[in-house]
Amino acid sequence: MSILAQAAAATADKATQQAIAGATNAGMAYGLAAIGPGIGIGYLVGQSVQAMARQPEAAGMVRTTMFLGIAFTEALALIGFVVFILLKFV
Amino acid sequence: MIFGLEFPPIQNLVEWPNWFGPEGSWYGFNKIAFINVIALVATTSLFFIAGRSKSLVPKGAKNLVESAVDFIRDGIVLETMGPEGIKYLPYLVSLFFFILITNIFEVIPFFHMPGNARMAGPAVLALLTWAYYIAVGIKHQGPKYFINAIAPAGVPKALLPLVIPIEFLSTFIVRPFSLAVRLFANMLAGHILLVTFSVLCITLFTASLLAIVLPLSFAMLVGLTGFEIMVAFLQAYIFTILAAVYIGSSMHAEH
Repeated sequence: MSILAQAAAATADKATQQAIAGATNAGMAYGLAAIGPGIGIGYLVGQSVQAMARQPEAAGMVRTTMFLGIAFTEALALIGFVVFILLKFV
Repeated sequence: MIFGLEFPPIQNLVEWPNWFGPEGSWYGFNKIAFINVIALVATTSLFFIAGRSKSLVPKGAKNLVESAVDFIRDGIVLETMGPEGIKYLPYLVSLFFFILITNIFEVIPFFHMPGNARMAGPAVLALLTWAYYIAVGIKHQGPKYFINAIAPAGVPKALLPLVIPIEFLSTFIVRPFSLAVRLFANMLAGHILLVTFSVLCITLFTASLLAIVLPLSFAMLVGLTGFEIMVAFLQAYIFTILAAVYIGSSMHAEH
């Protein structure tokens, strides 16, 4: 894919080159930012489901804590999304 | 242009012209301000109407409000702050309803814009919560609140130079920032998602062979609308529960 991008960049003028670089960086920023939270939320929810299945009467407590954990973990991905918007459009 | 798709620039999705008042002035009034006013009036009048009926058996608006207050008391306040947090219930309930109503405008026809997809709304709510939990901390612990917050008891003296900056940053700077950005980015992402599929549907609405894909795209749009209703509710819930956790953590010194 990078070869394609290079081939395109070689023929395009400077403004288009900058646009391509901006879009690539923006996509890269969001993609990298999504890896960690993806793994984290998957692990977190998996463990929570296991806890709920083992002890159904504690489900309410586990669910509240799970949402808290998701909120904290997800923040990183969302900051990545904001960076994507800033790089791409501002 | 992405794959022949004419996607509107991001300014067209989130910036609305003023209905009256010049652009950039403090009294300019646009769609976002209108949504916020509706949310304010709806929240206030809902509780006013529900509070006026004195019947013991709840029905209508009172039923809705009572179950919502029960949900926030049992699901949020008692779980995170314990019985002594009950006196902060009014703030959390009004926060929940205000955020829920401003968010739900994302899927209401003729609006199709979440009030919280502009940074100003979430930022004000986060700053309000920030001032609120600092005030609660000062009320419960006095000026010692700041010392307790940045240097938790039981930390070895040698670690203090490392712990104090980290705790200061995480308690007083990262908390309000992440609170605001979480709500803002979730609503903006949902809005862009819906716009993407709407644009796809409009582009595919042609007489060419490509129109076969239209039902799939439209089904996705309908499904995502349902998903966004869930996100609107979930973000209001998460904002409220985090506010409750922050207020609860400033009621007592950490140990």
